[in-house]
Amino acid sequence: MERCAARRAPEEERRVRANAREYNEKFQYASNCIKTSKYNIVTFLPVNLFEQFQEVANTYFLFLLILQLIPQISSLSWFTTIVPLVLVLTITAVKDATDDYFRHKSDNQVNNRQSQVLISGVLRQEQWMNVRVGDIIKLENNQFVAADLLLLSSSEPHGLCYIETAELDGETNMKVRQAIPVTSELGDTSKLALFDGEVICEPPNNKLDKFGGTLYWKENKYPLSNQNMLLRGCVLRNTEWCFGLVIFAGPDTKLMQNSGRTKFKRTSIDRLMNTLVLWIFGFLVCMGVILAIGNAIWEHEVGVCFQIYLPWDEGVHSAFFSGFLSFWSYIIILNTVVPISLYVSVEVIRLGHSYFINWDKKMYCAKRRTPAEARTTTLNEELGQVEYIFSDKTGTLTQNIMVFSKCSVNGHSYGDVQDVLGHKAELGERPEPVDFSFNPLADPRFQFWDPSLLEAVKLGDPHVHEFFRLLSLCHTVMSEEKSEGELFYKAQSPDEGALVTAARNFGFVFRSRTPKTITVHELGRAITYQLLAILDFNNIRKRMSVIVRSPEGKIRLYCKGADTILLERLHPTNQDLTNVTTDHLNEYAGEGLRTLVLAYKDLEESYYEDWSERLHRASGAPEAREDRLARLYDEVEHDMMLLGATAIEDKLQQGVPETIAILTLANIKIWVLTGDKQETAVNIGYSCKMLTDDMTEVFVITGHTVLEVREELRKAREKMMDASRSMGNGFSYQEKLSSTKLTSVLEAIAGEYALVINGHSLAHALEADMEVEFLETACACKAVICCRVTPLQKAQVVELVKKYKKAVTLAIGDGANDVSMIKTAHIGVGISGQEGIQAVLASDYSFSQFKFLQRLLLVHGRWSYLRMCKFLCYFFYKNFAFTMVHFWFGFFCGFSAQTVYDQYFITLYNIVYTSLPVLAMGVFDQDVPEQRSMEYPKLYEPGQLNLLFNKREFFICIAQGIYTSVLMFFIPYGVFADATRDDGAQLADYQSFAVTVATSLVIVVSVQIGLDTGFWTAINHFFIWGSLAAYFAILFAMHSDGLFQMFPNQFRFVGNAQNTLAQPTVWLTIALTTVVCVMPVVAFRFLKLDLKPELSDTVRYTQLVRKKQKTQHRCMRRVGRVGSRRSGYAFSHQEGFGELIMSGKNMRLSSLALSGFAARPSASWIETLRKKKGGEGSTACSPSGAADKTLKV
Amino acid sequence: KPDNTAFKQQRLPAWQPILTAGTVLPAFFVIGLIFIPIGIGIFVTSNNIREYEIDYTGTDPSSPCNKCLNVSWDSTPPCTCTINFTLEHSFESNVFMYYGLSNFYQNHRRYVKSRDDSQLNGDNSSLLNPSKECEPYRTNEDKPIAPCGAIANSMFNDTLELYRIDNDTRTPITLIKKGIAWWTDKNVKFRNPTGDGNNLTALFQGTTKPVNWPKPVYMLDSELDNNGFINEDFIVWMRTAALPTFRKLYRLIERKNNLQPTLQAGKYSLEITYNYPVYSFDGRKRMILSTISWMGGKNPFLGIAYITVGSICFFLGVVLLIIHHKYGNRNTSADIPN
Repeated sequence: MERCAARRAPEEERRVRANAREYNEKFQYASNCIKTSKYNIVTFLPVNLFEQFQEVANTYFLFLLILQLIPQISSLSWFTTIVPLVLVLTITAVKDATDDYFRHKSDNQVNNRQSQVLISGVLRQEQWMNVRVGDIIKLENNQFVAADLLLLSSSEPHGLCYIETAELDGETNMKVRQAIPVTSELGDTSKLALFDGEVICEPPNNKLDKFGGTLYWKENKYPLSNQNMLLRGCVLRNTEWCFGLVIFAGPDTKLMQNSGRTKFKRTSIDRLMNTLVLWIFGFLVCMGVILAIGNAIWEHEVGVCFQIYLPWDEGVHSAFFSGFLSFWSYIIILNTVVPISLYVSVEVIRLGHSYFINWDKKMYCAKRRTPAEARTTTLNEELGQVEYIFSDKTGTLTQNIMVFSKCSVNGHSYGDVQDVLGHKAELGERPEPVDFSFNPLADPRFQFWDPSLLEAVKLGDPHVHEFFRLLSLCHTVMSEEKSEGELFYKAQSPDEGALVTAARNFGFVFRSRTPKTITVHELGRAITYQLLAILDFNNIRKRMSVIVRSPEGKIRLYCKGADTILLERLHPTNQDLTNVTTDHLNEYAGEGLRTLVLAYKDLEESYYEDWSERLHRASGAPEAREDRLARLYDEVEHDMMLLGATAIEDKLQQGVPETIAILTLANIKIWVLTGDKQETAVNIGYSCKMLTDDMTEVFVITGHTVLEVREELRKAREKMMDASRSMGNGFSYQEKLSSTKLTSVLEAIAGEYALVINGHSLAHALEADMEVEFLETACACKAVICCRVTPLQKAQVVELVKKYKKAVTLAIGDGANDVSMIKTAHIGVGISGQEGIQAVLASDYSFSQFKFLQRLLLVHGRWSYLRMCKFLCYFFYKNFAFTMVHFWFGFFCGFSAQTVYDQYFITLYNIVYTSLPVLAMGVFDQDVPEQRSMEYPKLYEPGQLNLLFNKREFFICIAQGIYTSVLMFFIPYGVFADATRDDGAQLADYQSFAVTVATSLVIVVSVQIGLDTGFWTAINHFFIWGSLAAYFAILFAMHSDGLFQMFPNQFRFVGNAQNTLAQPTVWLTIALTTVVCVMPVVAFRFLKLDLKPELSDTVRYTQLVRKKQKTQHRCMRRVGRVGSRRSGYAFSHQEGFGELIMSGKNMRLSSLALSGFAARPSASWIETLRKKKGGEGSTACSPSGAADKTLKV
Repeated sequence: KPDNTAFKQQRLPAWQPILTAGTVLPAFFVIGLIFIPIGIGIFVTSNNIREYEIDYTGTDPSSPCNKCLNVSWDSTPPCTCTINFTLEHSFESNVFMYYGLSNFYQNHRRYVKSRDDSQLNGDNSSLLNPSKECEPYRTNEDKPIAPCGAIANSMFNDTLELYRIDNDTRTPITLIKKGIAWWTDKNVKFRNPTGDGNNLTALFQGTTKPVNWPKPVYMLDSELDNNGFINEDFIVWMRTAALPTFRKLYRLIERKNNLQPTLQAGKYSLEITYNYPVYSFDGRKRMILSTISWMGGKNPFLGIAYITVGSICFFLGVVLLIIHHKYGNRNTSADIPN
């Protein structure tokens, strides 16, 4: 991808002039071309090889290879090293090439997207990568924004345009952007072509919510803010078209600036392995030095005299130099302690595990037809060590679908699923949903299971009617009618949409609105209400109201809002109804539903006139406008009559609470990082059981300044400590605890706490001097929720935990806003099957449901970890047992680097004789069956605590290996020293000795792998027995007459196998060696199992004992469904839409023009409308729908 | 959609062995019970073997061979010495005569590789152009050495003769020199060069003898099938020892008839033609007479090792049994914490 320019020096400020490519080229801004690939065809080989040889291991083996080519040193043939090395390099290169190919492909796909660029007054189709800074481009509805643009003008009035920023910050509600007034008139290309404004703005940065700059045009200065910007990654919605000036392109865009660097991820086992390999190198050098010194001494004392039979090599004149050469010779023969096959085998095992993940039927989502995918094959065992999960909310925990689930009207609760007999039905046996076919305008996707509500509507229950009327009137939803009867609601939050849709299906169809009217189809009748005022929602009020005048002329206020707020504002006569409704609210809350209370109030004409007058004055007031408005709103929203309550389900993904519960039991801490608002996040926290009412306290940190945040964190910590002190845990609280001590105290805290922190507070908390404090506080809590966080903050939080906790972190998310977090965490998981694929592309694992996470971690991760650990233990063991024999032999062969074994045995030992059984164990081993690891989540703990393979375990393996090697040498030594064969010939010749040691070694390590293998599938059997058989077959082949006749100098061991293995003494030696090597291991393991069994051992044993009995264990207690009421909008609901509606700013010109008629009686208004429409030659459409019909200007 | 096969879903049927008291403890007892009798058997067998050993290096000034201590390869006439010894017990069955060398590093890397098996296998091109591995004993005076290399060059060349002294009469004991090498070595690995006729002198034309040797390889023996590369003394020497102290089979003494032991108890004398210098590197030379059994020569280590290991196994079994009984986990499901 040469097209993409290289990086330049960071810029101070950015100057962009519209329609002036030559001018802008001076600054050499990055083009809009994006490059994530690493190689091209020419650079691939050198760059890839360079990268590969940066791996210490590869360089090391190359070095060995060079050593082996020096004849004075060479103690082994060169082919023992080169074959595996070339194999490894090739496999890795092929893998890298494939990966990069796919990156090229995705780069190309993005770079070649089309966009319309205004070039010398004409709109031309250009590829994205050819878009330059300073170009003016045209975007159409539902198109992705190609670069960071300054919005110039749009099809909508006032230069408004709507965008969805899900790819950027994960929020799915629409946002409004507005062009600055001077440019919003530049609606057509001819005007735009003449536009030559110059923007001077901040340099590229990653702040998604900030932009500062100035537009200089026609000698005027216009300040620019984020409100005028369209960022790359957004999607244009509900806007016919818009024009924008490219400010930042390609890598400079905020989206790309936010995506963290692609880092090569390594597992902790990898890192440990590398450390250990370094230690082994050290050990190797030590042994080399010892043996070299031995050699020097030997040559000095003995060798110099022995020269009569064995003169020194040419060029070797001193014992010292001989020792020096011997050092390198020993490095060569002892290098098998870290064979290159270790790295190959590890990769093979991981690949196998990845395939098991890909193949897992239980992680396949039938609905979306997506299987799980291990996109990175090198991280599997780390899945078994995860301690922290960072989860996105929207799309990950929740489906981002709001469902009108239940309601309470006038003390009667509707919505329970009932069976035929009218009893509450159990889950799973749902009857048919209510049939809404009577209503031609019903939304077919809406489902409701309680027919009695519809009955009530049909019977004309006035309360129910009023209930739905409220829902159809009191909202800020915009409607769009593409064709007759086909309504689309554009709600700024999905739960508002759900409520209006519910009303629509029950026969109260919100059809259209103008700034002054709302038209509703009430059970088939079109009724237009005059919209007098919208008392908009905000976070303090937690409610919204509308004041409408019905066609009959009655003025009524409809209000919906959070229960805590609304119930206080009811008329005292509502007491009884309030009690019943409160019961219902509690019930709903217990089911994890979000509730809103609905109320109304009739207003006197005179009172309204007065109030409206005051409102008018207040809104015109220069100062304290907000306060005065709030007071007026407060005044009118009083003494209301309770109508009922709604309950909305923010649909969680399937199995989320269960998954979280199991993961929590497995001692995994789950943090939710979301771009959503605090209320939303907390609500989800409750419904997925992260937060419970059993919790001692939920701390909420919302400070805006450093001091506030620090204070809040300190208070939270103090509270936790106070509590644990008062519980008498024996902590003597000292005033001056060092921060490390603090951690330990905090970690031992009793009681369950949760922490909720806001984005702006988080920004302070993540500053260098406070991050530790924040982390300590957060880690002491059972659940942490960070809301309103930017993508970068997500990554920072993950980084923080990574940095201080030394724990394995996993990030899971579905949107582009999660990419940086996914890349930062040790393991990134992307939710696939949704619209966005950025998260999946950046992830290491992807699947389509959050609930698969438990299987990924508890089953695949656990097994992978277990297998990898067992594999490594055994691998180091077998190589030490194999190699250290040379060390002992050194003392008896004049430290001459003579190998104990035949060179073919050395070549094949790691490749053939012992590779497959341990690979089979590494791929197939299971300690407990999969369902048990779900039943006993505690089985996951050894991985988190790093128990199965750590430095200690490593030393045990090494010790065992050395022990084996000692026996492997000294038992044959003892036996052979003076022994003769049964035909009288010498037994202790070098070749027989070699065959005996090699054979006992192969048998001992095979027995050992047999002991280590816990799960003998047919494949394990085949490999273990097959390896033994292969050993003997190859042994006899190598020692056969035929091969010797062909290459007498290569196969010197001719006839050795049959001569040696026919000796009873040899077999007695092998048997003795095997028993002595294995016996202590068996005894030790048995004792451990018998006296201090691990949980997995116990589970396994129980499994064995009760194979036929069905175990009754249930690990999960069902948490009682009691919950505090959480009322309010589920979704981040912005203030300001009410104002937009009332001002008509967001209405199309046509409807705006009509708003003048709104004051007339509704019937005639409709008539006029119809006439006007007809006059304009518009196609026939329903009367009220026409107002909102899209009309081209 | 993933396939629903046992392999892909990791549901392969499998045997899942666990180390339980029921399997481990019996295993220890069984191993103990097998090893101890075997050990006793080996020990007894080994003890029944007759073995006699003489160090004839002559480091001790009183030794008859002391005079030959500083002998060199080309000393003429050869130094000879005679050592008298007495066998306390008679050797009933076939007796094997060994020479033993100590502190002789036949397993040194440079020594081990210093040979050309191709040449020894009768390859004519290697005969005249030996492998580089043979350096510095590859060529001498621009002629290829046959057999080349340090191993061949350092071949043991003492001559040992055994006499029975019966009332001052010395009866030589017949020492058989054939049948001391492996069949495969003699018939497969070592072959004389091929060519017209069987005249070894002609076949080895163009080569020279190893530096240390008094005579060329085709004059090692008078018998054709024991001459040249297939000389059994040579073959035995070429099979390098694994350890610096070793013995190599030198001669066989066959039992004549069933009535008399092969070597009666009594006085014997060993006559040595002392050609092989070892004193310079502190080496030792020995002559060993030994009978053998089904498991070869005397081997006390193996028997003792078996008895020891068997006992330890048994003992461990008992200890484990006690531990298991006293502290052992009953492994009930009640232990599983939820």
